[in-house]
Amino acid sequence: MGVTVHTRVNGQPIEREIEARQLLVYFLRDELGLTGTHVGCDTSQCGACTVWLDGRAVKSCTVLAAQVDEHEVTTVEGLAETVPEAQRIEGLHPVQAGFWEKHGLQCGFCTPGMMMTAAELLANSERLSQQEIREALEGNICRCTGYQDIVDAVAFAAEKMGVSVERDVTASI
Amino acid sequence: MPTLFGTPVRRKEDPRLITGHGNYTDDIRLPDLLYAAILRSPYAHARIRSIDVGKARALPGVVAVFTGADIAGKVAPIPTGWIVPEADQKLPPHPALAQEKVRYVGDGVAMVVAESRAVAEDALEQIEADYEPLTPVVDAEQAIAPSAPLVHEDVPNNVVLHWQAGSDVATAQQAFASAEVAVHRRFKNQRLVPNAMEPRASVAQYNPGSGELTLWTTSQNPHIVRLLLSGVIGVPEQKLRVVAPDVGGGFGSKIPFYPEEALVSFAAMQLGRPVKWTETRSENFLATTHGRDQIQDVVLYGTKDGKIVGVEANILANMGAYLSTAAPGVPTILFGLILPGAYAIPHVRIDVKGVLTNTTPIEAYRGAGRPEATFIIERLVDEYAHEIDMDPVEVRRKNFIPADAFPYNTSTGLTYDSGNYELTLRKALDAVDYTQLRQRQEKLRKQGHLIGIGTCSYVEICGLGPSKVAGAVGFQGGLWESAIVRVHPSGKVNVYVGVSPHGQGEETTFAQIVADTVGVPIEDVSIVHGDTAAIPMGWGTYGSRTTPVGGSALALAAQKVADKAKRLAAHLLEASPDDVVMQDGLFQVKGVPQAQATFQQVALAAYTAWDLPEGEEPGLEASSFYDPPNFVYPFGTHLCVVEIDRETGNVHILRYVAVDDCGRVINPMIVEGQVHGGIVQGIGQALWEGAVYDDQGQLLSGSMMDYALPKASFFPRFEVYRTETPAPFNPLGVKGIGETGTIASTPTVVNAVLDALRPLGIEDLEMPLTPQRIWQALQQHGGDRS
Repeated sequence: MGVTVHTRVNGQPIEREIEARQLLVYFLRDELGLTGTHVGCDTSQCGACTVWLDGRAVKSCTVLAAQVDEHEVTTVEGLAETVPEAQRIEGLHPVQAGFWEKHGLQCGFCTPGMMMTAAELLANSERLSQQEIREALEGNICRCTGYQDIVDAVAFAAEKMGVSVERDVTASI
Repeated sequence: MPTLFGTPVRRKEDPRLITGHGNYTDDIRLPDLLYAAILRSPYAHARIRSIDVGKARALPGVVAVFTGADIAGKVAPIPTGWIVPEADQKLPPHPALAQEKVRYVGDGVAMVVAESRAVAEDALEQIEADYEPLTPVVDAEQAIAPSAPLVHEDVPNNVVLHWQAGSDVATAQQAFASAEVAVHRRFKNQRLVPNAMEPRASVAQYNPGSGELTLWTTSQNPHIVRLLLSGVIGVPEQKLRVVAPDVGGGFGSKIPFYPEEALVSFAAMQLGRPVKWTETRSENFLATTHGRDQIQDVVLYGTKDGKIVGVEANILANMGAYLSTAAPGVPTILFGLILPGAYAIPHVRIDVKGVLTNTTPIEAYRGAGRPEATFIIERLVDEYAHEIDMDPVEVRRKNFIPADAFPYNTSTGLTYDSGNYELTLRKALDAVDYTQLRQRQEKLRKQGHLIGIGTCSYVEICGLGPSKVAGAVGFQGGLWESAIVRVHPSGKVNVYVGVSPHGQGEETTFAQIVADTVGVPIEDVSIVHGDTAAIPMGWGTYGSRTTPVGGSALALAAQKVADKAKRLAAHLLEASPDDVVMQDGLFQVKGVPQAQATFQQVALAAYTAWDLPEGEEPGLEASSFYDPPNFVYPFGTHLCVVEIDRETGNVHILRYVAVDDCGRVINPMIVEGQVHGGIVQGIGQALWEGAVYDDQGQLLSGSMMDYALPKASFFPRFEVYRTETPAPFNPLGVKGIGETGTIASTPTVVNAVLDALRPLGIEDLEMPLTPQRIWQALQQHGGDRS
């Protein structure tokens, strides 16, 4: 059964006839060719498919494409454009720049989803502790980095975006 | 130009990966692409009575359905790539789709090929497969019982290999019998699911006119896939191209040659259209290889004053239902020979039975054998220390191979290349002020806190390895590496390597080496890997071999190019090569400042070849094949402080210190990243991860909801340090760092947890040390009250 979806993806108006059961992640990947968004699991644990729906981070493997009708989707391909040009670093969103600068990725598969979660966090925060950054990434799994450089990447971006981050302290034992 | 060797250069692979422009196998789109889905056995052990694919075939959009009967005689069984000598190793056949019997939950039974992924999955539900369930065997110990059902009829007692190693038996037995102290333990090194974030995927495209087939696949070693695929589907190797594009992690699970790689290739040839298969995460849990899974009966023998005399290990290694590509080498060669660890242990005896069960095949998993061995020795050292009432750190120090004893021949026949084990231990202890830390621990214990301190001093064998040794230990291939450094007429450089990095960052570290050696900016160097049509033969990325072996090949090729460029420059400048120096991309004649040629001018001159020195060939490229004379042996000490919550049994990691020595470091940022990732994976095994089967062979922990993967909030900031003892046997002086964290952190954390619990009388607990398991132990030992 087909349905028509009108949406905006990374600022571009899109109209498509799709199968009603199609998931948003396959709509993005297969219909629109936006393969930066990845599928890492089928139980919405890993977060590799995270995109923004009207500015909020969602797992696109758990959203029907039909649900984004009349809504706005942002993927990693459009992430840089979500901040004003003056805030971009080498054309990148500060979170992307942070991941590059701080070695926040190895194989890169979880990275787009991880960055979409982190960018949403920073867009809605004024002050963060390192532990809060770690907890905010609860829905995104990385198997390569051990997370420490991801936390540093997010902290790097936070500073560039005017979000203050408390320094980590070694346990007093 | 300042040297790039040793500097934290930002990664060259990142710009594409952080902008969504990576190219992973599932991202590949081809015209007329078909999608495959695999019907998998719901039974661990069953006879297939019948498979009716009529309804599935009739579904609109379905192009073909293949069963085991359809591929019999056309797709040969999936071979294993390691035949351990003197181990009576059996080679049970592994059909790409089950023939007559299924042997684990997840065993492939049929393949549907359809116009879309969704239709292919719909069609799976229309296949009627009728099974006669047979009694399965899941546990390795039960599998060798005389009455146990056989996984393969022609493998008696399910023992697929039996390997023994170590020092002279009689002398060892005598030493064991007369030892003052014997510490017996039974460890279960539990089964793990690698869970690379990218699920496996394969895309095959066939040209019926030329007979050429291209397979894009999620592999750590495309040339091994090409070699094995050629034999399995009968396409000659020169007409096969295997491409590993961006690969989203592997950790050993993307070493094997898999049935699906043969199946999509076969389907593409049969149907004349490209075919893609991408596994779901649920399939990944069932049908991608697992790791570890050993039952270890072990003994450490020693004197009362802390000198280790010997170690004995009797191992049951669960191999799963079939022998995966590199699997036989993991619980044998890669495990047993490193068992003595960092210590001078005169007598070692190892007995390993590889056992078939009705479970997912086992394969290398980050560390592959070395974590299982290190866990034994490092846990035993702690238990031994407790037994003789000595600080575990003191026992380690007393038994270390001294720094002046290298190269050191072990009682298991290895030659450790270089090391200074004591130094890493000292550095780790200094980082936490160990003596004071123990005092604070004592004070906090009195206040009721369950504080534990754990250490582990490891050495591992990696940089696999000399090909001669590979042959002697039954690896069915070589272990050398190759590289081509090709300077283009514009002076830009491509480097083609046989190794196949998939997250380890060698597009950057390799470019650092080439830029330094050839004298060009790193921006002008691009590394090409993963495509057998472009790269020279190589054996792939695993066993922390990419930089020590592949990097060495590359360094040698780059040196040849640099030498030739210098000869050409000297000719252009009418000087002797000895008088020419290269600086900042410019060739200059010593003492004649106006005599200069840019690297780009030299490159162009090499290709126009209008005026070459006598006997010099045109072009500016060189290749090298490098076979290392020995393995490399990185080492280090990790230390961890934990506190256990009495009410919940939860382990809080308060501090984690890692001191590693991987020889010379090309890019410290990347090295630290490898250490962090390894630590987290190893702690995953210590505290949370574990594949759990029920007695019917159903995988209970078959999704990320049921299998606990480490998350960001579980860890404190790691304190990472290094010492630098160059590797003496390769031109770069480098050792591997990809697996050390995983090898070290599991025993470190378990030692820390048991140190915390020991005052309560808790002497051992099985991994993973989940809150539930610890809480139950606390209940039993009255430790829930402070």
